[in-house]
Amino acid sequence: MNVDYAALKKGGFMRQKQKNCFSLRLKVVGGHLSAAQLSAIAAVSEKYGEGYVHLTSRQGVEIPFIKTDDIDEVKTALGEGGCEPGVCGPRVRTVTACQGKEICPSGCIDTYGLANEISERFFAMDLPHKFKFGVTGCRNNCLKAEENDIGIKGGTEVKWLFDKCIHCGVCESICRTKAVSFEGDRLILNEDKCNFCGRCAKACPADAWECEEGFIVSFGGLFGNRIHKGEELLPIIHDKEVLFRVIDAAVRYFKENGLPGERFRVTIERTGQDKFEKVIREAYYG
Amino acid sequence: MADIKTDEYVDITDVVCPVTFVKAKIAIEELEPGQILCVHMNDGEPVQNVPRSMKEEGHRVLKLYKNDDGTYDLIVEKGEE
Repeated sequence: MNVDYAALKKGGFMRQKQKNCFSLRLKVVGGHLSAAQLSAIAAVSEKYGEGYVHLTSRQGVEIPFIKTDDIDEVKTALGEGGCEPGVCGPRVRTVTACQGKEICPSGCIDTYGLANEISERFFAMDLPHKFKFGVTGCRNNCLKAEENDIGIKGGTEVKWLFDKCIHCGVCESICRTKAVSFEGDRLILNEDKCNFCGRCAKACPADAWECEEGFIVSFGGLFGNRIHKGEELLPIIHDKEVLFRVIDAAVRYFKENGLPGERFRVTIERTGQDKFEKVIREAYYG
Repeated sequence: MADIKTDEYVDITDVVCPVTFVKAKIAIEELEPGQILCVHMNDGEPVQNVPRSMKEEGHRVLKLYKNDDGTYDLIVEKGEE
């Protein structure tokens, strides 16, 4: 029997050391799985695997020990349970996310919603090499935005409201970058120091802040053989349309300039960071 | 905290989140509306969360004092029942 390993890999089947066995990677967006999906996964691992799953480092699920002959049956069983296979190889991988502002008190943006939008637009898109997106809700960075080829971090831009302020001093005390200070009854916000964490507004007992959520984007992160922290090359983005314009431009840049087997960071370095920055700045300013 | 007279004092530096707020909440429930509680707390999670939680429970945060040893004193007026 001829096995098309490339096609299987594209469909999330990772060849194992054990003959005729595959570890089946599933599509999971932002680490979110329903109970029904988990039941289907459990049933498949019991029936076709060895009764366990592997949780991957990027919030995915793999079912090891799926036999070559069972692949079609397994796909059908998973499909009926609302699960889709994931992908491997040179393309856009699982989009990861923390729970974001819908769940987490620290969250500044709806990470899960955004991860789904990114996934719908880019998941499995063929590119010169693997390409990872990660969305984290705030400065706490539980999702490690900068280790992704494109990382998105939620931020909050704040404006102080004199009329509501009771001058209790909570914001000044909790600001980690010392961006907040008082001169008499006036609050001084040092914009150079503010890192958009939003803690001042979240802790304020008087709601004396006007908040605008935003996205802080980092480009070219690597966390494998080589480690490079993704770089923030643009100001905070408030408009989702602008965010997607920037992401589209970055992905297009990689598609057009990347060599096969070359990670995004390496493409940026080889072609010149100035050139890349110019492209995304043009996208940012429209 | 010289300029505000307080009726009661509670030290929550000996407990960790989420018991910090529970201890502060129990203390303020002992008071009558309009009375003032001083909550002595550590830096970090308590100062981030307790003032806002107090407000969400319907009390009025008056002031937060930073002490020389890195702790804080939060002055809260009990709200109406």
